[in-house]
Amino acid sequence: MSESPLSHHEQHEAAANERVHFGFWIYLMTDLLMFAVLFACYAVLHNNNVGSPSAKELFTLPLALKETLLLLTSSFTCGIAMVTARRGRQTATLVWFLVTFILGLMFLALELSEFHEFIHEGYTLQTNGFLSSFFILVGTHGLHITSGLLWMATTLFYVMKRGLNPPLVRKLGLLSLFWHFLDIVWIFIFTIVYLGAYV
Amino acid sequence: MKEFLLGKLDWNSLPHEWFTIGGAGFFLTLFLFLAILLTRTQRWKWLWNEWLTSVDPKKIGIMYFIASGFMLVSRGGLEALMMWLQQALAPSVHVLGAQHGYLSPDHYQQIFTAHGNIMVFFVAMGFVFGLINYIVPLQIGARDLASPFLNTLGFWLFIAGIVMVNMFFFFGGEYAATGWLAIQPLSGKVFSPGVGVDYWIWSLQISGIGTTLGAINFIMTILKMRAPGMTLRNMPLFTWGSLFSMLMAVTVFPLLTATLFLSFFDRSLGTHFFTMTGGGDPMMYTNLIWMWGHPEVYILMLPAFGVFSEVVATFSRKPIASYTSNVLGMAGVSIMALSVWLHHFFTMGASTDVNTFFGLMTLIVAIPTAVLFFTWIATMRHGMIRFDTPMLWFLGFVTVFTIGGLAGLILAFPPADFQLHNSLFLVAHFHANVIGGVLFGIFAGINYWFPKFAGFRLNERIGRKAFWCWIVGFCMSFMPMFALGLMGATRRLDHYDASTGWQPFFIIMLCGGIIISIGTALQIAQIIASVIQRHRLYDITGDPWDGRSLEWATASPPASYNFTTIPTVHSFDAFWETKKRHAHPKPAYEDIMIPKNTAAGIYISAFAFLAGFGFVWHIIWMPIVGIIGVLFVFIRRGFDDESEYVLTAEEVRKAEELRAKENEKRRALYSAAQHEEEMGVIDFVRYVIKWALGPVFAKRSKRA
Repeated sequence: MSESPLSHHEQHEAAANERVHFGFWIYLMTDLLMFAVLFACYAVLHNNNVGSPSAKELFTLPLALKETLLLLTSSFTCGIAMVTARRGRQTATLVWFLVTFILGLMFLALELSEFHEFIHEGYTLQTNGFLSSFFILVGTHGLHITSGLLWMATTLFYVMKRGLNPPLVRKLGLLSLFWHFLDIVWIFIFTIVYLGAYV
Repeated sequence: MKEFLLGKLDWNSLPHEWFTIGGAGFFLTLFLFLAILLTRTQRWKWLWNEWLTSVDPKKIGIMYFIASGFMLVSRGGLEALMMWLQQALAPSVHVLGAQHGYLSPDHYQQIFTAHGNIMVFFVAMGFVFGLINYIVPLQIGARDLASPFLNTLGFWLFIAGIVMVNMFFFFGGEYAATGWLAIQPLSGKVFSPGVGVDYWIWSLQISGIGTTLGAINFIMTILKMRAPGMTLRNMPLFTWGSLFSMLMAVTVFPLLTATLFLSFFDRSLGTHFFTMTGGGDPMMYTNLIWMWGHPEVYILMLPAFGVFSEVVATFSRKPIASYTSNVLGMAGVSIMALSVWLHHFFTMGASTDVNTFFGLMTLIVAIPTAVLFFTWIATMRHGMIRFDTPMLWFLGFVTVFTIGGLAGLILAFPPADFQLHNSLFLVAHFHANVIGGVLFGIFAGINYWFPKFAGFRLNERIGRKAFWCWIVGFCMSFMPMFALGLMGATRRLDHYDASTGWQPFFIIMLCGGIIISIGTALQIAQIIASVIQRHRLYDITGDPWDGRSLEWATASPPASYNFTTIPTVHSFDAFWETKKRHAHPKPAYEDIMIPKNTAAGIYISAFAFLAGFGFVWHIIWMPIVGIIGVLFVFIRRGFDDESEYVLTAEEVRKAEELRAKENEKRRALYSAAQHEEEMGVIDFVRYVIKWALGPVFAKRSKRA
């Protein structure tokens, strides 16, 4: 250890950084388990559609496909943003995260428009078990996206204020993990909720 | 406007029954007393800087003990006594407007619900987290936890949960009357329209999120921060138990969080997850809550198993017999415990195959548990056993837990369970396991590690008396319960007919409860007596029991940075090996990074509490302010890059020299006090009376 070129302080930082990443992974797993409960509820309740059309009659696949493509693209741009961030290119990082942010916002808008349409037609989360579990599952994902966007906005604000320093790059790293995680959850929602309706 | 500002709150929500007035009065008096005391001694600043905002896991551990001890005596224990009294009185007395005994059925239901929640969440959980906080970093040779901030946040969320569970005394006057897991549809809006269930939801929700954060933190700490040379195979057994417990916690607490949210949505937003109508499924709730609820008791149990492994090895003066079997035993328990939850509702209509599977899994859990027991018994064999109080608690545990465990095996057979389900036999079974296992483990741990916490040992004479009170009281209050269960008495019973002939049993149980209370009083006396005689009990060496693991390698109580030099480890009895080889490392001072104190955890928890309270009463502005507040503090904290400061090697050296000087003084006091005799119960009572009457005597002698 004593031959290590890193200073005591840097070693401490590196170890702390590794721990935070590890801890964040565990947090993501706990979040995944919460989603598991919501998926289980949807699996149990999705046929209990008293007073509303069935999933197949209600959902429009093209919309869900658009949402999926938006979110997948945002994951891709987020990946590029992280590459630029690790290389220390501040402007490129800001631009690519801004693209990610806008894609995320568009996803959220589409999701809300879908919710709005259902509610407008009188199919709310109070209608029946199927719609309750649909709204809460997809809505929880939307809430995660919202907090991801909030997180992104704050971090970018600090990047502009303080410059792209190593602690901020680490925070962006965690954010990108979170963003990809939400993408994975969405793929399950797309498969189980939307495509599943047509099985 | 009123909806926005006050929600459902009105004058009727304020205390107006004897128990709410009593409870609210008690808490207000307590706060007033503490406030006056702190102001008179000018200690507010000290309290805030040294304790409340501290991120030192040792201090947070002590705060956990204080909070949980308070909840044990003032709520959980008191409620147990109230239930025993009601059952003993029910057929022959009716007072305070009750038809049977002195409690109305509704009030009785609230009491057993609160008793269960408080004992599991705010007593056992708090004590276990306190022990883990204090001991695990020391045992693995770490200076701190992986995230000191998450730790203080978890603790303050726990406190917010405690405040929430007591809030009904002040506002609303009712707690959930649904049983500790608030099974659906009983706890839905239709059958429980009041705020009781909402209080239940939010006190568990807030403290449960704290538990998840704490568990993540401990997993990071244990897996990433061990001293050099401490491979997993060299890890002390209490740390192993804590690791398994925390791994289970991160697996099941998210399920609780999600389930509580869904339950809240059902009640407040009108969704149909667990309702009888609208395509909801109440059985789904039963499954989800027990998927968390069953592992939860093992989350409490595994650290206690770890405590016993440490105690039995130390007091038998032998390494634990078959370390690997012990670890594998705990691993087996923690993995299998995740797939037994359905045994809580064999009678609810699952198919025979499903019931058989879960019955078998439940029986199989007994195997790794038995492995653990055999490693402990084998450790004692040929050992030089010392019967200090921690060892007594261990032996009490072996006896009581075995009785409880065997009763559990009977319940694991679905056909037998159809008869015993919801009877007092079941209640006796899980109390034998939770009291005999978890609580005795906590007591053993506190007696064992108290010298580390305080710098002096606990009084042995009073400690032994307390132990015997607990054992005798336990047998008197729970053995008749087994019998009553077999005779057909159901659980949650607030009255019964005198012709059943059960009353004598219930009276014996009440007497047992009183003896347990005496035991608890003696434990408090034990701590006070030890403070009085602390000079005599000083722990000068940091190693009062001839211990085996690293927590004994540092001073008692340890410096905020735990170790001046991080030790290097070669075996699972790391400190024992060092002592045998006389290879005490020479102190080499180095710069140490110390986390700064922070109040962010307190602010976040306060905002979370505000949001929860708003959700309970449908006060619209509170959740808005609460959630924005949580986010704001979280972001501020998240982007604060200067959360640590450096303690230079020179400062550490000075601090250590100062400590050495202090220790010399303590050594002198210690040897001067050795001729004193250890206080017994009677000496203690005499001392207290003399102290209380001291001013009177002083006046009289002045006059003379």
